[in-house]
Amino acid sequence: MTAALARRWLAPALVGVVGLALWQTLVVAADVKPYLLPSPTAIAEQLGQVRPLVWSATLATGANALVGMLAGSVTAILAALLAARSRSVDLLLSPTAAAVSVMPIVALAPALNTMFGTTSNTPRRLVVAVVVFAPVFVTTLRGLRQVQPVHRDLLRAYAATPRQAARTVTVPGAVPHVFSGLRVASATAVVAAVVAEYFGGLQNGLGSRITAAAANSAYARAWAFVLGAILLGLTFYVVTLALERVVTRRHGG
Amino acid sequence: MSTPATAVDARGVGKVFESRSGTVTALQDVHLTVAAGEFVSLIGPSGCGKSTLLRLVADLEEPTSGELVVFGKPPRAAREAGDYGITFQQAGLLPWRTVSANVQLPLELHGVGRRARAMRAAELLALVGLAEFADAFPHQLSGGMQQRVAIARALAEQPSLLLMDEPFGALDEMTREHLQTELLRISASSGAAVLFVTHSIPEAVYLSDRVVVMSARPGRISGIVDVDLAAAADRTEGLREDAAFFAAVTAVREVLHGAPAPAVRGVDVR
Repeated sequence: MTAALARRWLAPALVGVVGLALWQTLVVAADVKPYLLPSPTAIAEQLGQVRPLVWSATLATGANALVGMLAGSVTAILAALLAARSRSVDLLLSPTAAAVSVMPIVALAPALNTMFGTTSNTPRRLVVAVVVFAPVFVTTLRGLRQVQPVHRDLLRAYAATPRQAARTVTVPGAVPHVFSGLRVASATAVVAAVVAEYFGGLQNGLGSRITAAAANSAYARAWAFVLGAILLGLTFYVVTLALERVVTRRHGG
Repeated sequence: MSTPATAVDARGVGKVFESRSGTVTALQDVHLTVAAGEFVSLIGPSGCGKSTLLRLVADLEEPTSGELVVFGKPPRAAREAGDYGITFQQAGLLPWRTVSANVQLPLELHGVGRRARAMRAAELLALVGLAEFADAFPHQLSGGMQQRVAIARALAEQPSLLLMDEPFGALDEMTREHLQTELLRISASSGAAVLFVTHSIPEAVYLSDRVVVMSARPGRISGIVDVDLAAAADRTEGLREDAAFFAAVTAVREVLHGAPAPAVRGVDVR
């Protein structure tokens, strides 16, 4: 157990430490200018100084990502349930989902800022919700469609009504698919929440702090906020993954 | 009991599948009667329509010609009345439900109360020897155990007909022989007629009162062999080494390979 655990964590940790050491050596030895690439120690120093600010910015961006992700996923799951039930809803929604997934929605942020005002978090949450919608919708719908032939026969043999079929087989069977969509969405939700802040509006989140620090030539500080963004993204991903594990353990995974 | 003496009556049943690449005649002019409580096996090469015939009886497909009657009713009415229980080659258990909840599925779909359901499931799991696995999930069970759960599920509503589509096809030989003996005991105690699809000759002979041999392209019945061994409940492993058993196996094999006279009906093994 401990040996397996060590092997699992040791290798990536080692890669990280070696990478940081190389980075530090490179910056010091080649005398790289801080505006090109600050050294890890400089970033750590900055992080120590602005830690409360990184924390509050992470919370603000995290809240946007979370609200947007919840809204987007709930909408996507409901839409997929409708689309799985009705062919016409499917014809209506599936192309829309495809269009939304290729639309550079983050680029809409400035327009949304004007729409909702620059003191609102709504545009950012909206951006996240739209970005999350497509992957969750597509995977959920696929899950709802993938009923095993043997289960379909069984439901027919026992004369199950469509509602009973949904409750006993189709919906529970789609749960693992929903989670694989959520897992993809969790990473992009944070990216969208951070990038949406690059286009102005409230100055409370990681994205706006990164742009502000960079604009003030405080490059090491900008990197400290980037670190916050990385940790936030990881947290979202890991929490979704853990939820997925808990729920799908019953599916014999 | 008010059940008619005939479980299944097929009169000139045919099934043609239309596809883009043309039409396939899966079944042609099938005449077959299964009496109530009788164990009948369908055997033949792949593509002979044995599974199709079973699916027609189950009303999972509709015949394109002829008439099919199940307990005096059209198959659709029999299906809706819950006259039959069914198992497939895959156990087809719902992986997110416990073993007990899987057995309860047909009862749940037909509005049986929670307590009655739980009691019936406990009874059935005891019957198939899985009482202590009631709260396990299917993936914790071996293939043979899963198939026993599927059999328990098929028996949940005390059907008068059991339709089994190669239920032991994916199991190893030892598990298979063990389950065959179990099935004999279970079917004898339930009194249900069984329509059993298989491609194993010894399996068909060991289990059945009659073995229906089918041939392919087009699928039709090429002969019926009466297996006159012991009564179902009295058949034991020892029978597999009995001369009468081998004689019946030979008789089925000859019809299957179209050897002597096509009218091999009834094998005198006593």
